[in-house]
Amino acid sequence: MTNKKILAVASAGGHLVQLLRLTPAFIDHKVHWVSTSITQPKEIHVDSYHMVREASMWNKYGLAIMAFQIFWLVIRLRPDVVISTGAAPGYFALVFGKIIGARTIWIDSIANSEELSLAGRKSKLWADYWFTQWPELSNENGPHFIGSVI
Amino acid sequence: MIFVTVGTQLPFDRLIKVIDFWAKDSNSNVYAQTGPTDTIYTNIECVKYLQQSHFEKYFTDAEVIIAHAGMGSILNALTCGKPIILMPRLASLGEHRNDHQVATAQRFENVDGIFVAWDEEQLLDYLRKIIDQNLTVKTSKISEYASSDILDKLKNIISK
Repeated sequence: MTNKKILAVASAGGHLVQLLRLTPAFIDHKVHWVSTSITQPKEIHVDSYHMVREASMWNKYGLAIMAFQIFWLVIRLRPDVVISTGAAPGYFALVFGKIIGARTIWIDSIANSEELSLAGRKSKLWADYWFTQWPELSNENGPHFIGSVI
Repeated sequence: MIFVTVGTQLPFDRLIKVIDFWAKDSNSNVYAQTGPTDTIYTNIECVKYLQQSHFEKYFTDAEVIIAHAGMGSILNALTCGKPIILMPRLASLGEHRNDHQVATAQRFENVDGIFVAWDEEQLLDYLRKIIDQNLTVKTSKISEYASSDILDKLKNIISK
């Protein structure tokens, strides 16, 4: 198996807690973590942690800065795989990841049990693998059901 | 120690006010992470934001957790095997952009150790029963990582 470079992206809080639960899937690879938390959780080594500005999908100014920070990280790190559980930072990582030819994976947060998140809906265009954690939300044309992080 | 957390993005004074009111007549030691609010609380110890490492410590040390119905709070409580009292944020009161927390609370309401307070009165009732009267409650504990099923699917996608 060849080692891949993975960019794992999630905003601080519930999104990051969910992404960290998937860590064993990354074990043979080099992982760079991106989040909005000032300090990284204890599971992440400080050298592989990159902080970006916090901004929701409704804050255009903050989003522009966050998008640029993520653009720069993607250009600099050149990941083979980009994976996110949401929200806004994950969306941008998928966009720029897709443009440089990385394999892109979106897993919508388990908090969205009745409809996909806004970032999740927007990421459809950029995700090679577009997943939901709720079977009721899955569809033949995506998102597909992958199971849940619990 | 009772740990209260409402996430970092939005205030949730409706929840904290009930806890502050209850704490006046309770012997419990309450530590609350309140998010961006200017309301002053007099009966509980408050901090707006917590560093990640402190956050982990309070979850580990708490006997009971009280939180908004956010997935981070729920998953952390389940991983620590701690009882958690949830009150969902309501879009109609401007507490969030939509009602996904209501849906989350409904989905997790029947899990052992998760108690959903649908209004302030029910929250007060839970605080008195579970904390003051020290009611014995069943809790659920989940492993630190997702199931091998989803992990295997991801491993395959990553290695392709």
